[in-house]
Amino acid sequence: MTPSNAAAPLPDSGQGTPNTAIDGQDLQGGGWSDRAYDALLTAFALCVPLLLVLLIVALTMAAWPALKQFGFGFLTSSDWDPAAEHFGAAPAIYGTIVSSVIALVIATPLAIGVAIFVAEFAPRWLRQPIGFLIDLLAAIPSVVYGLWGIFVLVPALRETVMPFLRDTLHLGATPFFSGPAYGPSMLAAGVVLAIMILPYISSVSREVLLAVPRSQREAALALGATRWEAIVGAVLPFARSGIIGGIILGLGRALGETMAVTMVIGNRHEIAASLFAPGYTIASLIANEFAEASGDMHLSALMAVGFVLFVITLLVNFVARWLVWQTSGGTRKVG
Amino acid sequence: MATMSRPITTLRLERGGADDAPVSARVRIEALSASFSGKPAVKNVSMDVLDHRVTAIIGPSGCGKSTFLRCLNRMHETVSGATATGRVLLDGHDIFDPRVNPTAIRKHVGMVFQKPTPFPTMSIRENVAAGLKVHRPSPTGRELEAIVERALRRSALWDEVKDRLGAPATGLSGGQQQRLCIARALATDPEVLLLDEPTASLDPISTQSVEELVYELRKDVAVVMVTHNMQQAARVSDVTAFFLHGEMVECAPTAKMFTAPQDARTEAYITGRFG
Repeated sequence: MTPSNAAAPLPDSGQGTPNTAIDGQDLQGGGWSDRAYDALLTAFALCVPLLLVLLIVALTMAAWPALKQFGFGFLTSSDWDPAAEHFGAAPAIYGTIVSSVIALVIATPLAIGVAIFVAEFAPRWLRQPIGFLIDLLAAIPSVVYGLWGIFVLVPALRETVMPFLRDTLHLGATPFFSGPAYGPSMLAAGVVLAIMILPYISSVSREVLLAVPRSQREAALALGATRWEAIVGAVLPFARSGIIGGIILGLGRALGETMAVTMVIGNRHEIAASLFAPGYTIASLIANEFAEASGDMHLSALMAVGFVLFVITLLVNFVARWLVWQTSGGTRKVG
Repeated sequence: MATMSRPITTLRLERGGADDAPVSARVRIEALSASFSGKPAVKNVSMDVLDHRVTAIIGPSGCGKSTFLRCLNRMHETVSGATATGRVLLDGHDIFDPRVNPTAIRKHVGMVFQKPTPFPTMSIRENVAAGLKVHRPSPTGRELEAIVERALRRSALWDEVKDRLGAPATGLSGGQQQRLCIARALATDPEVLLLDEPTASLDPISTQSVEELVYELRKDVAVVMVTHNMQQAARVSDVTAFFLHGEMVECAPTAKMFTAPQDARTEAYITGRFG
């Protein structure tokens, strides 16, 4: 029944229960359990932000001595010398960002390619297995990636990939692919990270692509687009904010990844232009040194790099939200 | 409005002039059958789609009318498991010929769907030009602007959007979006326009504007419109075909169909006894 005729008098059918007046008692009481439940859930909900605030406060307080002593130089100096109690985190910050960027550059096209294949081209029976196998990559423990990195990836890079890039492709002429091929390197860290974040980007992209309405594909096909043109022209633009979200999720994972990176990056406090050279990341720096940090300033410096990593990931998240908001401005209205 | 090259005929139509002059068949459908994974949806349909006429396809839900429509630009086969047999001749060329590229067919046979499907990341201008991008060579600059304007004028949307061509297409109302989709289909200058229940998701006022537009469009193109609104078929079409259970029961000039149907099932349907 529509609201417009609800007001019309109903024909008297002569059946049904007689309409008695409502007892006022029925309308009162019984609210305390709802209120208690409400208070409990509010308390739970407040716990999480409170935890975050406490963590930030503790981190900042512990990092304060180092930040105060070294000031801006903490971010720009490459001199990390626990014996002399001088700390500059520039190589670790640089390494964190560069290794993550390498990982994104390698993983993003691969992950989106796989997602397009699974969502658009793969026969239905193949979709599940491929998706499952890729998701399985995310289930492999970090330390296993590290082991594989040391014993399989690093030798392969040293003996095959690095000479190929440097000599066969003549990329050695650029500073990025020059110098001796040690093996443990920024490149190795980037490649391991790429494999580790691939399932995140791929899963999110796949789900987003599968959620694009069929009508969008059909609209493009009906205009004479080929299947590929429909994907590039209609499906990917429709899904782009979700795909960006997936990429940022992967980036967040890459920035904080510790174990596998520590095992293959070479752990050297130096900024080198060449990706063949060993480097350091914030996470691996902390993992390597927290156990032997005897001096108060050393410990404070480690807390300070932790603080920097936190700020970097926070910034990435803000940028991500802004990007998703920017690109979904049009799509959201469609509903 | 620019003149268009029409290989067959250029009739001048007055309102209600459906039966006045002989017109040629733009699309000839011969023994068309279509199925989904072996389940038949359209059975052995033969009919002509006349140039400069609006052909309405009516029938109850699930009678195969949308499937029939989607065969005419080979959209049917984009669904997995879908097959079609028979012949569909577009100006004498069989579109099911294995040498024929379905994307080429769709440039000559435009289509508009039940729900408006503007591309949400594109502006109004980009939406209209979307189909042109896949043409070779694709027009640019002034030429493109001219095509966009003409398409929007033909779909009676120009006056409403001319000051905001760069605005997102999703900012338009439902009826405007649907007319935008019609403009997008017209921009590639198709000879045939397929409309699949184009007003099903629109309010009455938008429906009226789309209906008026459809009536105007037949000056330039052959229109095939699926609708389950019989009044709509009576209002805007010149020829009506009645589908039931995948078969075409009757196809006749609209006036005749609604006043003196030949088949008892047609009569039962249009008088509202089922469907």
